Amino acid sequence: MATLTATSTRPEARFLHAFELQADTALNGSNAHLTTLRRKAIARFEALGFPGRKAEAWKYTPITRTLQHTYTIQPVPPLPKLSQADLAQAAIPELDAYWVVLVNGQFIPELSTPATALPQGVILTSLQHAAQAYPELFTTYFAQKLDYESDPFLALNLAFARDGFFLYLPPQTALDRPVHVVHWIEVDEDLFLQPHHVVVVAQEASLQLLYSGHSRSAARTFTNAVTELYIGRGAQVAHYDLRLENNTASGIYSTQAYLEQESQYTNHTLTLDGALVRNNVQVRFEGEAGEAHLYGLFLGRGTMHIDNHTMIDHAVPNCVSNELYKGILDDASTGVFNGKVLVRPHAQKTNAYQSNKSIVLTETARMYAKPELEIYADDVRCTHGAACGQLNEEGIFYLRARGLTVQKARALMLLAFARDVLDQIAVAPLRAYLDDLVAQRFGA
Amino acid sequence: MALLEIRNLHARIEDKEILKGVNLTVNAGEVHAIMGPNGSGKSTLASVLAGREDYEVTEGEVLYDGKNLLEMEADERAREGVFLAFQYPVELPGVNMATFLREALKAIREHRGLPPLEPAEFLRLLKEKAELVGLDPSLKQRSVNEGFSGGEKKRSEIFQLALLEPRLAILDETDSGLDIDALRTVADGVNKLRSHDRAFIVITHYQRLLNYIVPDYVHVMVDGRIVRSGDKNLALELEEKGYDWIREEIGLPA
Repeated sequence: MATLTATSTRPEARFLHAFELQADTALNGSNAHLTTLRRKAIARFEALGFPGRKAEAWKYTPITRTLQHTYTIQPVPPLPKLSQADLAQAAIPELDAYWVVLVNGQFIPELSTPATALPQGVILTSLQHAAQAYPELFTTYFAQKLDYESDPFLALNLAFARDGFFLYLPPQTALDRPVHVVHWIEVDEDLFLQPHHVVVVAQEASLQLLYSGHSRSAARTFTNAVTELYIGRGAQVAHYDLRLENNTASGIYSTQAYLEQESQYTNHTLTLDGALVRNNVQVRFEGEAGEAHLYGLFLGRGTMHIDNHTMIDHAVPNCVSNELYKGILDDASTGVFNGKVLVRPHAQKTNAYQSNKSIVLTETARMYAKPELEIYADDVRCTHGAACGQLNEEGIFYLRARGLTVQKARALMLLAFARDVLDQIAVAPLRAYLDDLVAQRFGA
Repeated sequence: MALLEIRNLHARIEDKEILKGVNLTVNAGEVHAIMGPNGSGKSTLASVLAGREDYEVTEGEVLYDGKNLLEMEADERAREGVFLAFQYPVELPGVNMATFLREALKAIREHRGLPPLEPAEFLRLLKEKAELVGLDPSLKQRSVNEGFSGGEKKRSEIFQLALLEPRLAILDETDSGLDIDALRTVADGVNKLRSHDRAFIVITHYQRLLNYIVPDYVHVMVDGRIVRSGDKNLALELEEKGYDWIREEIGLPA
């Protein structure tokens, strides 16, 4: 009996139990392909389990402890009534965008840009609707390259995911404005959310995608989100991923981008709030002459824990990757950066750059940085650098010697530190909005 | 009342005593040059006056406009009208020059009970002051001191001086690293800023600068003390004879 009790209190058991209970609703019964996939995924999750304390990829992030908390696992999360006015808080001033609203992981058509307002051939809809309305397109991409065999969180998401958004850009399509996806969390009970998004950008199309997460709840949530991006030959994608949730919201946000020949992908992951946040950004070059730029900014305060894991898989020759991640850790917050670059044996002429810089403002804040370069080709150029330090005291003195208070001097210095990441944001209203947010944060 | 009154000032960094009893009185409207060999404590004196916290004052007092200067934080001193032109201005990538100067001017004006300048007025002032020292006004779009040449950095210090209008300006080796043309421009700028209610302390290693900024008083600092004071002719004498004769006179090994 003792053994049975011990087993049932493992957090995994709750998910396995919930899966069986919800099998009918969660499995999207009509689609046999999905049913099989979900069965495989839950079996894989059961075999892998959550990462133990010795799991290298989770060394600095106590994920299993966070998951001990009893979150409600529901196939259809409750839907609060939200109005456009509620969501106005999530809007970026001056930004004219196609608008997608997800509430508690579910696509809300009434609050999103209608299909009729989209350019010909563009599909921007819910994941569920895409599975029914475009079964062939959906099946071609959904989870096709997702590495759920080795990652329990991807497997868990795949087993449970019911909704999210699905975006398809036909070849040679350039949207005239960005797509802004707002994920709004508002719950009354502690909830586990698992949205799943699929973005397909066909050859020579181009997209600016902004995803911002918000929460307005006293109840705790854990979001295990997955975004798949299929970037076709010669296509260009700029992806801005903003964590603006409050301190009751934890989550793992996994982005997997697959790049075909001559395509370009830029990812900006900016974490300004949240409780425990894990960003997984994975890029795989599948065709030559691809280019990927990964920018990250993470600002910890309170007891926030922000973990950034990036993985760039140079699976083919002649690709360029460039990473710049910067963090500022205040109070008793923790930051983690783990940047893996894999250059496979035949991926000659690879150029890979990685830089990670952090400022730790207090004695109780922590930063763990780990570059991880695995290079199996010989004709490559790879550099990496990591630096962690305090604010430049000489700089603070200089500013104070001109009359600025110590608070103002620190604020200007911190904003300056964040500047080279913010400056990479190509969408001007978004850059201005984030500039302001960061400046306010530091009192500049 | 003197603008600045330094009495028996002793200061050390870590365990090393550097200032060993400095006395100096500076009145508004005066220009004082402080000369002396390397390591004599000139720059330390400038740093202590500006409020750099690496130094510990162990004895003595400094009165600025009758107030205890040493009790003020560095930024408070600046707002009160003390200005240090840095010997090595630090580069601050990402800190926009115009933003920095706007904040500085705002803080100082607020302290004087003045409202912030209108943006257009501020820009006009930046342009005017930049021209005073021969700086390209486009520097306002750059990061503070970043990528500035040695000469630009020094000019920028005097440019800031002109903008912030301090009552006591301390120039810490502003002449070092300047070619003769830049030196003349910087000195011209300083001369235009001389006024009856503003005092200058010009710290320099060489007499050359004093050909252009003619001081009312020249002081010689050796081994943490001011050992001799005179008029501008003292600087010429030092130029000719070096510092060793003073060391000998006061009984220090040459």
